Amino acid sequence: MDARSTQAQPALSIEHIAVHFGGLVAISDMSFVVNEGEVVSLIGPNGAGKTTAFNVITGFLRPTQGEVRYRGSSLNNLKPHEVTSLGLARTFQRTSVFQSVSVFENVMIGLHRRGRSRLWDTLLALPRERESERELRARAAEILALVGIERRSRELAGSLAYGDQRLLGVALALAADPSMLLLDEPVSGMNATETARFMHLLDCLRGLGVTILLVEHDMPMVMGVSDRIVVLNYGRIIAEGPPAAIQGNPEVIRAYLGQGAKKRARD
Amino acid sequence: MKRFLPWIALLALTSVPMWLKDPYLLNAFVTTGIFIVAAMSLNLLLGYTGQLSLGHVAFFGIGAYTSALVSLGFDVELVGGFRVIHEPWPVWLGFIMAILVSGLCGYIVGKLSFRVRGAYFVIVTISFAEVVRLVALNWVELTQGPLALTSIPPMALGLPGLGYFEFFSKQSNFYLVLGVVALSYVIISRLVNSRIGRAMVALKENESLAVSVGIDVTRYLVLAAVVSAGIAGAAGSLYAHYLKIIDPDVFLFLYTVTMVIMVISGGKGTLAGPIVGGLIFGFIPVVARSFAAPEIQWILYGLFMILIVFVLPQGIVPAIEKWFGVGEEPGVPGAAAAKIQDAR
Repeated sequence: MDARSTQAQPALSIEHIAVHFGGLVAISDMSFVVNEGEVVSLIGPNGAGKTTAFNVITGFLRPTQGEVRYRGSSLNNLKPHEVTSLGLARTFQRTSVFQSVSVFENVMIGLHRRGRSRLWDTLLALPRERESERELRARAAEILALVGIERRSRELAGSLAYGDQRLLGVALALAADPSMLLLDEPVSGMNATETARFMHLLDCLRGLGVTILLVEHDMPMVMGVSDRIVVLNYGRIIAEGPPAAIQGNPEVIRAYLGQGAKKRARD
Repeated sequence: MKRFLPWIALLALTSVPMWLKDPYLLNAFVTTGIFIVAAMSLNLLLGYTGQLSLGHVAFFGIGAYTSALVSLGFDVELVGGFRVIHEPWPVWLGFIMAILVSGLCGYIVGKLSFRVRGAYFVIVTISFAEVVRLVALNWVELTQGPLALTSIPPMALGLPGLGYFEFFSKQSNFYLVLGVVALSYVIISRLVNSRIGRAMVALKENESLAVSVGIDVTRYLVLAAVVSAGIAGAAGSLYAHYLKIIDPDVFLFLYTVTMVIMVISGGKGTLAGPIVGGLIFGFIPVVARSFAAPEIQWILYGLFMILIVFVLPQGIVPAIEKWFGVGEEPGVPGAAAAKIQDAR
């Protein structure tokens, strides 16, 4: 699980992906690689195709052409739950929790794939059922402690503060025990304190060796956590590189960051 | 306290035939119990996976016909002069066949129709029930059509050589139905309080999120449909062997509506909901009959239903839990779910 030893090994590779919705080209020809243990951010203006790229990677959308590979195996014709079982878990931009069940139960749902009990164990209440449930409960408590919302575990997910709901969304993704996490705008709508907490959580995850692909508009955060940044505009990659290079890239500044960023980068 | 409630209820109901000797009321208990089993099966689909099966009576009717035909025997000529002769089997085998055949139908309907959700699922299930009714009405050689299947034997348990016990009296049928209610309760409660039940609730709550945590949608929806249909089939079998006569009217839409009323009024997505709702709506006609004219009885039935939906939209059981502050244990979906949905 050591991040450094596996570095520079490509985990996720996107090869010449294109997505067309009828005549609309959402992604024209996208190729990039995320290495094991890396934190890569995907940024760009609204409508640039970031979420579309997420949906293609996680099997919610079929690409018009091209291939997505994770640790050597193609994800192209897999259903979302099959992609998850390969170790890729995602969070969503908006509704990312099961609103009307408790926080703890949310994580228990997320742990679905780890449960070992079969239908007969459940119906006959065999020891394996109880044992599996006990394991899941322990694991759920661990995950809640990791993301830092263990004190809320008895509350309904729908009644949580917004920032905590986002954290619960990450907890749900973590419950699938992923080797790679795809986070879709995880800190949007969070205040500064919540964002800081979230960045700390990302550091912890990176320490655990989890590879992370991030879509985010919060530039200070993106610049702070990313190893590399991929910039999309109109469905195509316009720049790729470490944060410092991206901040100074004239095309990125014109398309997305704006002139203010250039000044900030100089300061 | 809450853990013992089902046991207390079971004990109280067990004592009923000891002090209640009125055959009319016992009969009401038995038929109500049969419909409670059917309502519980509907609740598994509607309350936990969120899919409304408005053709649920089809599984009930298929169970009734299967059980009756297996225990009566039949002799039909299929297309191409192929003849199927079935000798009568013991009734308990008919009961098991009813569960298996209904479960199989649940599997087929589930596989076919869970490609569509919501309103389309409702339409597919209604159509299915109507098709099955037409088959039962027109396949006279097998089902006697509108002439009805008659002299269906009563339920009997036992082994060859050891003798049989026939459930002929109302008291014995009461215990039989109570046993099936208890068994269905145990099966459903174990299912919904396990990872399988959590998967079902996840699908109801937020399907794309459920899929993204690795839950195989179709698998759990079909599983719910199979178990639900199987239990409905068991209820149908009890119905056939208790009334000893069935005709294609067992497929009437009215029966589905009765089940839906029982589930919604009692509280969908709660284990006790269909039982409470079932007892209330099973006994309203009985109580109303003692003082009101027939037309008034049904007006009262309707008024009471509207009143419950109006005052307690999430159902009786969740409302009671809220009053007494019992609440479901944290992490148990159901009552809490209903509360949130209500608040929206």
